[in-house]
Amino acid sequence: MSADLSPEEVLKVAHLARLELSQDEVTKFTEQLQSMLGHAGDIAALDIHDLAPTAHPFGLINVLRSDEVRPSVDRDEVLSQAPKAVDGRFGVPRIMGEAP
Amino acid sequence: MSLPEGWNMVVGLEVHTELKTATKLFCGCANEFGSEPNTNTCPICLGLPGSLPVLNEGAVELAIRIGQALFCEVRPSSFARKNYFYPDQAKDYQISQYDEPINAEGHLDLPDGTRVRIERAHLEEDTGKTTHLGGSGRIHGSDESLVDYNRSGVPLVEIVSGPDIRSAAQARAYAAELRSILIAAGASDGRMEEGSMRVDANVSVRRGPDAPFGTRCEIKNLNSLRSIQRAVEYEALRQINMIEAGETIIQETRHWDEDSGKTSTMRSKEEANDYRYFPEPDLVPLAPSAELIQKIGAALPPMPAQRRADLTALLGGAITDAQADHVLSVVESNLDRFMVSAVTAGAPATLAIARVANELSAQLPKAEELPEADFSALLLLEHAGELSATQAKAVLADLVEAGGGDPKAAAVARGFEALETGALDAILDQVIAENPGEWQRYNEGDDKLAGFFTGKVMALTKGQADGKAVNTGLRSRRG
Amino acid sequence: MSVTDLAAKIRAGETTAVAALEHSLSVIAERDGELHAFVEVQTERARERARTIDAAVADGKNPGRLGGVPVALKDNLCQRGTVTSCSSKILEGWIPPYDATVVTRLMEAGAVIVGKTNMFDFAMGASTENSASGPTRNPRDPSRVPGGSSGGSAAAVAAEMVPLALGSDTGGSIRQPASLCGVVGVKPTYGLVSRYGLVAFASSLDQIGPFASTVADAAELLEVLAGHDPMDSTSLTSPVPEISAHLSDGVQGKRIGLCTDLVEGSDPEVVAAVRRAAEVLAAAGAEVVELSIPELRYGLSAYYLIAPAEASSNLARYDGVRFGNRVDGVDVTAMNTATRTAGFGDEVKRRIMLGTYALSAGYYDAYYAQAQRVRTLIIDAFAKAYENVDLLLGATSPTTAFEIGSKVDDPMSMYLSDVCTIPTNLAGHPALSVPFATGSDGLPIGVQLLGPGLSEEWLFAAAAVLEGGAA
Repeated sequence: MSADLSPEEVLKVAHLARLELSQDEVTKFTEQLQSMLGHAGDIAALDIHDLAPTAHPFGLINVLRSDEVRPSVDRDEVLSQAPKAVDGRFGVPRIMGEAP
Repeated sequence: MSLPEGWNMVVGLEVHTELKTATKLFCGCANEFGSEPNTNTCPICLGLPGSLPVLNEGAVELAIRIGQALFCEVRPSSFARKNYFYPDQAKDYQISQYDEPINAEGHLDLPDGTRVRIERAHLEEDTGKTTHLGGSGRIHGSDESLVDYNRSGVPLVEIVSGPDIRSAAQARAYAAELRSILIAAGASDGRMEEGSMRVDANVSVRRGPDAPFGTRCEIKNLNSLRSIQRAVEYEALRQINMIEAGETIIQETRHWDEDSGKTSTMRSKEEANDYRYFPEPDLVPLAPSAELIQKIGAALPPMPAQRRADLTALLGGAITDAQADHVLSVVESNLDRFMVSAVTAGAPATLAIARVANELSAQLPKAEELPEADFSALLLLEHAGELSATQAKAVLADLVEAGGGDPKAAAVARGFEALETGALDAILDQVIAENPGEWQRYNEGDDKLAGFFTGKVMALTKGQADGKAVNTGLRSRRG
Repeated sequence: MSVTDLAAKIRAGETTAVAALEHSLSVIAERDGELHAFVEVQTERARERARTIDAAVADGKNPGRLGGVPVALKDNLCQRGTVTSCSSKILEGWIPPYDATVVTRLMEAGAVIVGKTNMFDFAMGASTENSASGPTRNPRDPSRVPGGSSGGSAAAVAAEMVPLALGSDTGGSIRQPASLCGVVGVKPTYGLVSRYGLVAFASSLDQIGPFASTVADAAELLEVLAGHDPMDSTSLTSPVPEISAHLSDGVQGKRIGLCTDLVEGSDPEVVAAVRRAAEVLAAAGAEVVELSIPELRYGLSAYYLIAPAEASSNLARYDGVRFGNRVDGVDVTAMNTATRTAGFGDEVKRRIMLGTYALSAGYYDAYYAQAQRVRTLIIDAFAKAYENVDLLLGATSPTTAFEIGSKVDDPMSMYLSDVCTIPTNLAGHPALSVPFATGSDGLPIGVQLLGPGLSEEWLFAAAAVLEGGAA
């Protein structure tokens, strides 16, 4: 059993995930994803809508830390790993469009 | 400003406020404005591989304070990831609250009596800041951008109102009142110009007060109370003009330009990101105890509405519109405590409110540092007649500039010589004794001689005596 | 020699940390050219560390519970100042500015970190063939896979390059390679070991755990790693189980359930090994019953929605902005896309897309939310089973190690090999694989013991019994 996943949807999803696919990859991934989602069909059919989804296996709640300053990390050490560092900041190519 | 005949506007505001915590929401980096770029960062707020968030209990307390101040239900809540790519978003997702916000279903009453519903007030983390190089320094046309993550992870509360606002003036009033409340609660410093409080407005129009809501547009990042009012007004008119011209409103996000006084398209909501919200697996749910919620609520200082009522009572209850405006502005600028302590010390309420609303507020923000006792002492001097109004205003300016001080000494420094009532009496007696003839004629009713005596007193005090007080002193000696 | 004995000898001055390290390095030199268990050997750094340990001992100081013991780390564990690449092109050469909590604890215990081991591209896959640096080979048969994703760590211990290694387990990535390589591998209770500094794959499922050649050695390592960490909000505050203290408790009076759902569908020799394991436990005084937990069969589907969904979000940060290998673009979006397209392998891309789809508008409820409900179903089913038994027994992997290259084009069959291990990750329960038999093909067969949350004490005790009865 296969899910209804079209190549158009695969491209949409790839864009959301910032991945570029070749035409061959679109075909291949569409097939593979359809097959994987098809397997997921066995749980889609389960009548368990009254069960609460589990986000954490044990019921931990209220994990907090006190509002006290802790040492920050050394800027040079972090920037030494940056693809492009300019004046103490991370350089990126131009941004098209405002933040959501 | 009024809309064309028959038209109504519907406005909801979303306000993001930074919280006044020592550290960020999920890490121990300092929550500090103005530091050198990327010096308040760590693996967590930089989103480095392997890092994990841990919730700041100070931020939770302030969020609950806000909820209490807005009469919200403080609820068990959980965190969710809002997924989108943007360079100032260190993890390319924001940790926020979605299905289960910490505060919901409250309200805020405007000074004009309108009740605006508060749908929710939830916790989320702030982003870093980008600066754009090349071009005009704005995003469009720049060659490169630089990112500073000092602000990444700073705690925010997002407060969403219901679509209950019906005019541009009300929108401004809502933002002003909310800001006052946030400052009063100690949760935020409300500095819109620094970005610690950011307002987005959702505006739509409809024909008549009962018509269904029209398509709305969102106006982002309004940086002052004035821009909120101007932008909402502009946008409502823009939409009305379009509809009357037969055009359809597209649901979109628009940018307000302060210089041109217009909103313009940013992006269409149809292309909106699919944020793929899901429960944050690295955090556990939050369930503040009833005890904690109650304790925080009980410790809240009086809110602006209460403080306005208190000032009104001090003024005798039935106040004029001008006084009401003063009351509003005095509480809004957080200076009402000066009035209250001055009145407690014995100064008249009308004098106190005038000096606070007019002179003291003109010297913000320095005025905040003036000790209340110094202000009260100055008003008492003025009230006693030892300083004229003009002199008192000058001394007040000096005191604020100096961050406080003895009003008498400040008067002396100015050459005003605020005289003790006793000192004036002594001088008056001396002048009377030296001029018995004139005194006799004045005593017998020659009022014009008051000027003679005043002149003598002025000569002796080098002009520092208060003319009114001299006259009072003369008349009381006449018997 | 056990790890405890080695540490004791070093502390007593009967041998040295340097000698232990040099032995490790010589085995690595001899075998790793072929096996490729390591992606990086920290020769000089380790030598200096070993010398420091020996100096402390000479000074009369206690070097720590694992003083001088060589340990290997899976390459998804952050170690400050050295590369943590997750065997991925996108993180190739990345040097973290901080240590994972487990690394800090190993250092405090005096361990000598020898190097980083090979894994799959971000821990995804089932054969260590999806590694940017090439596959690791099974020490028992180098034409075969060691399993994964912690294949390098399993192989390093199996080849006796190091007595101890750390791996991570999201759906079986410690237990499965342990079974395929013939060593002990443990996935602890979720939250027992801090995840701070573990490069995240699926946050609600990931756990760090030990590889060792014996149950006792695994216990030593786990006790050093375990315990609350304020840097990890999902870290448990309950006391750490006293595993070593209870290791010889045996299984007298314990009820153990042979879970048929975790056995059927396995190769006949694997089934036979599990049945023989049941007999060993019975002979040692346990009451062994057969039971079925049919809900477990939904675990695979639930896992293959939850894990990719969380991973799609966890891997969004690899955008070429702050770290990693950037591929430039005309604007930042183009740069993000080019960077991720070049830097992630096929398996990673596949899972990111599957996860993104499962979370997207219109599909969230049918896929992701439904999978989280299945999780509740499985947790409840386990809880019911554990009302009747103390532990469960099953296969770890349905097969022995397969040949390198034989499954690369068939992702689904690789996914199916996780069917026995996945349910424990969904429930957050502990489980371990103990080497128990050898197939007629000469390849190791491990059996799996599972327990409820924080049951490590009797889990390890039962494992010790099986170890004693292993063929």
